[in-house]
Amino acid sequence: MDNSATDTEFVVKATRTEQEPKSPGWRFYLRYLLAGVLFGIFLIKGEVVSWFRIQEMFRFQSFHMFGVIGSALVVGIVSVWLIRRFNIKTIDGDPITFTPKKFNKGQIYGGLIFGLGWGLTGACPGPLFAQVGMGFTVVLIVILSAIAGTWVYGKYRDRLPH
Amino acid sequence: MPEVLRQPWPWYVAGPLIGLTVPLLLLLGNKQFGISANFRHICASCFPSGIPFFKYDYRKEIWNLVFVAGIILGGIISSTVLADPAPVVVHPKLTQELAGYGITDFRSQIPVQLYSWENLFSASGLIMLIGGGFLVGFGTRYAGGCTSGHTIMGISTLQWPSLVATCCFMIGGIMMANLILPIILKL
Repeated sequence: MDNSATDTEFVVKATRTEQEPKSPGWRFYLRYLLAGVLFGIFLIKGEVVSWFRIQEMFRFQSFHMFGVIGSALVVGIVSVWLIRRFNIKTIDGDPITFTPKKFNKGQIYGGLIFGLGWGLTGACPGPLFAQVGMGFTVVLIVILSAIAGTWVYGKYRDRLPH
Repeated sequence: MPEVLRQPWPWYVAGPLIGLTVPLLLLLGNKQFGISANFRHICASCFPSGIPFFKYDYRKEIWNLVFVAGIILGGIISSTVLADPAPVVVHPKLTQELAGYGITDFRSQIPVQLYSWENLFSASGLIMLIGGGFLVGFGTRYAGGCTSGHTIMGISTLQWPSLVATCCFMIGGIMMANLILPIILKL
């Protein structure tokens, strides 16, 4: 992955501020914080965080979630096409790059396992964090458990079929 | 806040806005949209335990942890200034099914009867919250992404492995919701 954007910012900030020479500084991260705030609001007001809507989706009782995912994809595909077609750069003028994903059996086995978890908790990773913000502090346990799951995967990765 | 903003947003408003997160992160700094990678970054920064999978420069990924902090903040804003006092409208068939398990509280988008500290130590609570969380963390990393990284970002960049992963997410979810969850909720 090309991280030149980060690296450039890193060097620039490092020379400017003497207190935190090794950190890109809070200003650099503020944009991602704001992007996260917006994404969190979209997830909640769009009811993507709703356990009920997820259950309706998996039971084919409501079009809502299919509409959300479908329209998000249309916008995503068109935006990425535009970025590539017109060679659009980042706001700092750096090139935008895409990393191709390689197929492996993990996408099937892991995908099925995550699907089972999604059907149980009614939340994928993004909504889990949004739910904590909504005041459901018990979801912190779900997140800790997800971190444990990731750790166990990392530990036994070599023994799993990929 | 205007009433329109407080009410649940229709899919044709929320969906496109979620889709715009993809170009937003690309334009802000050539960042690839994906949430589940943060579980790995947390492992790498807090519990690396000498595991090769957690040996990488997670500092380059701090932006993503900041993004997630933003999601939590967005949750606080949505449940205060943008809060909708009306109960969730759920499909009658699902309402009827859930009533059979004693789930009758539709005040929030999340069933408070299941998502509470009191319910955590019941059989169904342990399976749903701890078991479910584990499956989410293990499965997303095994698959190399979640609904954001594969379904939204992956398919937006026309990666066919992401389409395969998304189909598997759906198959797993359909199996859980229709075949296994009814048994768990009866416990």
